[in-house]
Amino acid sequence: MTVPHILSWILLSPLAALSIIFWMPSNNVPLIRRIANIGVGLPFLLSLWVFFNYDYTSGGFQFEEQIPWVVPLGISYHLGIDGINGVMILLLGFGSFAGVLVSQNIQERVKRYYILLLLIVIGTYGAFLSVDIFFFYFFHEVAAIPTFLLIALWGSDRREYAAMKLTLYLTAGATLALVGLLSLYHAVGLESFDLIQIQKYLVGHPLPVEVQHWIFPLIVVGFGVTLTLWPFYTWAPVGYACAPTAVSMLHAGVLKKLGAYAILRFAVQLMPDAAETWMPIVATLAVFNILYCGLIALIQRDLKYILGYSSCSHMGYILLGLACLNVIGLNGVVFLMFAHGIMACLGFALTGFLAEQTQTRHLDELGGLLKRLPFIGTCFAMMALASAGVPGFGNFVAEIMVLLGAWDHYRWQTVAAVLGIVFTAVYMLKAIRLGFQGPIQPRWTQLTDVQTFSEKLPYIVLLTALIAAGCFPSLILKRIESGTKPNFKNTLNEVSFAKQEPNKADRPMSMASIR
Amino acid sequence: MVNPLLAWIAFFAPLTACVLITLFFLRSKTLSSLVAIAGILISFACTVLLAAQIFQTHPATEFQQSFPWIQFDGLTIDFGVLINPLAIMMLLVVTGVGSAIFIYSRGYMAEDPGMPRFFAYLSLFAFSMIGIVLANNFIQLFMFWELVGLSSYLLIGFWYEKPSAADAGVKAFVVNRVADFGFLCGIIFLWSISDIGAGRSFLFTDLMGVVSRLDPHGLTAIALLIFCGVVGKSAQVPLHVWLPDAMEGPTPVSALIHAATMVAAGIYLLARTFFIFEPLTSALTVIAYTGAITAFLAATLAIVENDIKRILAYSTLSQLGLMVMALGLGGPLQGMYHLTTHAFFKALLFLGAGSVIYALHHEQNIWEMQGLLKQMPVTGWTFLIGTLALCGVFPLSGFWSKDEILALAAEKNSLLYGIATATSALTAFYMGRLFWTAFGGNGVKDHHGHAAHESPAVMTMPLIFLAILSVAGGFIGIPHFLSPQEKPAPLHIMVALISSGIAILGLTISYAMYHKRPARDPLEIMLGPIYPLLKNKYYFDVVYGWYVDRVQQNAAILLEWMEKTFIVRLGVHGVSNAARTGGDILRRLQTGLVQFYALVFVLGVICLFYIMVNNL
Repeated sequence: MTVPHILSWILLSPLAALSIIFWMPSNNVPLIRRIANIGVGLPFLLSLWVFFNYDYTSGGFQFEEQIPWVVPLGISYHLGIDGINGVMILLLGFGSFAGVLVSQNIQERVKRYYILLLLIVIGTYGAFLSVDIFFFYFFHEVAAIPTFLLIALWGSDRREYAAMKLTLYLTAGATLALVGLLSLYHAVGLESFDLIQIQKYLVGHPLPVEVQHWIFPLIVVGFGVTLTLWPFYTWAPVGYACAPTAVSMLHAGVLKKLGAYAILRFAVQLMPDAAETWMPIVATLAVFNILYCGLIALIQRDLKYILGYSSCSHMGYILLGLACLNVIGLNGVVFLMFAHGIMACLGFALTGFLAEQTQTRHLDELGGLLKRLPFIGTCFAMMALASAGVPGFGNFVAEIMVLLGAWDHYRWQTVAAVLGIVFTAVYMLKAIRLGFQGPIQPRWTQLTDVQTFSEKLPYIVLLTALIAAGCFPSLILKRIESGTKPNFKNTLNEVSFAKQEPNKADRPMSMASIR
Repeated sequence: MVNPLLAWIAFFAPLTACVLITLFFLRSKTLSSLVAIAGILISFACTVLLAAQIFQTHPATEFQQSFPWIQFDGLTIDFGVLINPLAIMMLLVVTGVGSAIFIYSRGYMAEDPGMPRFFAYLSLFAFSMIGIVLANNFIQLFMFWELVGLSSYLLIGFWYEKPSAADAGVKAFVVNRVADFGFLCGIIFLWSISDIGAGRSFLFTDLMGVVSRLDPHGLTAIALLIFCGVVGKSAQVPLHVWLPDAMEGPTPVSALIHAATMVAAGIYLLARTFFIFEPLTSALTVIAYTGAITAFLAATLAIVENDIKRILAYSTLSQLGLMVMALGLGGPLQGMYHLTTHAFFKALLFLGAGSVIYALHHEQNIWEMQGLLKQMPVTGWTFLIGTLALCGVFPLSGFWSKDEILALAAEKNSLLYGIATATSALTAFYMGRLFWTAFGGNGVKDHHGHAAHESPAVMTMPLIFLAILSVAGGFIGIPHFLSPQEKPAPLHIMVALISSGIAILGLTISYAMYHKRPARDPLEIMLGPIYPLLKNKYYFDVVYGWYVDRVQQNAAILLEWMEKTFIVRLGVHGVSNAARTGGDILRRLQTGLVQFYALVFVLGVICLFYIMVNNL
């Protein structure tokens, strides 16, 4: 079965919802909510369909659509799915679906809220789906701008400061990245923004090494800001803490991964020589991410700050995996982008629920909540344990792969990264201990857990994804691998990996009697 | 012929029970407990069948069934089962003792409203523990290693409203995580050099052929890193601190997880991967001394403890130390033999303690107990059997297995033999102290005015079952099962005589000191200045507390201060200063209307595109 233009449908359905809401009277709140739910639910289902129907045995970009736009400059509306962004749109599908569902309790300026939220969703879908670098950047900006308004208008406590800081940082980073991307465009000299064409061309005509050397850091640092590369991370904890729930979810869960995705696609993939030179530095910065942010997370008392610093800390594993430049590490990175994205969405959704119920996120004021909130408490504990790398959740698989990939090149960085897992366990268990265990305070005895199925749905959906990824990683890895392996054939300095395990390639179930 | 399907059924039956309880039976005590008990009994039955099958196929073989779980170029992680006599022995312990404890829990937890949750956790634990036993590669083993840590955390903190229980759970998990830091590094390191010709492998069977070719220095580092994991899970010094606190969990949990099975997983890991350790003399020496020190230190702590469960916990530490020592002396069979008998009598002792605690309404101080032998005859007599087995009195199971370890030590290292013998003396003394104080004398009424009653049959039947095993454990051919090729070791008469003499001596001294039930513990005066040292557990907790509260906390505070001072001031304010000029202009334009913000941003984007399109 083929659906024509399925990728455009993914992009158009939230846009259609947005346009309908735009023309609707702002007082018809239930209908607005319903349309918004459909507007993200439909692309969620479509991205699931695309994910499962992607033919990973043949690999490459599939479901492609291309409409030339500015022909002289080589700009075209070009969408396509390969193993990497197939997983990313699935992540976005989960994240946006859950994010819009938990927005039910937004009560003021509902119409505008949903318009802006849908704009983020459209932008992110567009960025992940675009094969054209120009459109990638355009959609990336479409996703970035509404964030400012959403935080400034619907945020909490220091929202103006947070919104301003976040915007300044991200704009600065994006500008840097834009310079890098445009330089790349000129340096390639192909007069095309099309990633596939550039990639094909570069195989025969690699960029001069010295050119690569100065473009590479522009892109890595530029998008690194989005990815909270140390020391450019300080916008994130405060930004997430002050943003409304759905925005924290989408930003920490999905948008952040856009940075990693861009580094992977444009820097690592297109400039392999520079990658080898610069990646040891990135690996070291990754350790700073892991340990520095991890240690700061230890002393936070505000749940959202714990999650925020934790998220910055975990980006270190993504950076370390990117720095490996081998299939194991890169598969680990993409898997971690998915697993951490789901986990972060879940974490911020739960914290948002708690903050909504208790009007506080401060751990010293909470305590014993599991008694009153068994469902939310259990979900929170599972989220925290997933984050702490407990097997059975996707994060464990991903982190193991990153560590295995990194060991050969960056031994001490890997050891430090393993140490980071200890920190995560400490602050996550502390959060459970102070928030949910212990005697319940009298003021919380009136709290009510989520009751209806539709209220539970976003949490159930995210948890299911997290557990499925942790127990059946091959489901996702098969697709990721089809994306990473051909793309990085030239990049990988681990040529030896290619010849490994020939006899195990399709090892059937083995029933062996030894001795 | 061995049927691997049985192993898979044994493996997944408890998980199925856990999932069923979580999804459907969280509101029904009866159904949840029945499902959980059915799950573990199915596992037990399958294990017994497997044992029979493997016993018939002599000389005992190893069977492996494996599926690729993660597989792409350069990395293969399998999910499989590796069945050999060692694994079957451990599996029999886990599911057999586990079944007894599951059934016992139905009585012990009957009044607790959280019983379904309890059985879900317990089933999760059984699944994870079976996973450790059957795993055929390091990553799979590590996953289940972590999962037993998780279930241990959940069960210690089962009564989560009690701050001490919740704290103990966190402590157990974190201490184990610290240990697993080393373990995971060791696994990765080993994998990185395990080139089997066709890529690298985690499989035990592959590694077995590789280790002899590897650089012994690197391998020693790997062995010690893997041993880190053992130090955590089997609670060896200096990471033993979590186990006494873990007694905050419900007593069946202490019996199953923190005495019989999970803490023994470290010993099992050493025995299962002994091919790595075997040629490494220096690593083995470290292991042997770690075990001996743990055995002795824990025994000295047990003699001043007053909480019945904590005495047993220190005793567990001490016995685990002996097993680790045996492994370090090159005797995996001796270690596993003692693991097995220890599982019987220590589970028995804990369940007996649980029966007492149940009867006395959660009283755990032995000085508040008296005359329990008369009031609770079944519990009392089975407890006595457990005590004697633990002390190594002929002909109970503990005698035989301890004798093998002592004989091994006497042969290889007389210093370690001395430490082990001294530990045996202390063991007999503190167990005698516990028994005479709590069970001796005439029964009195407790402060509620009730006399203690014997527990219901659902709790006493498992006690009797385990007591029979504790008595017969030395005669059912465990060493032969573990290693059919070797002929049974002769009894070491000298060693046996000395250890028996010492055990009786320890019991006699404690009888002399405690059978009249003195009002105050005479040890307080007799030990003099050592007493506070022991009472404070050699200040391990104090030192760790100081590290966490002072060093780590202050380091984190310093880093946060640096972030605020340098990164934010230079970075953020640098950026904002640069943007201020532009910002000032915008600020003059701005009218304070929200919509205006939006407009400016949209205009900005449009301008950006305009510039881009025109410049290129």
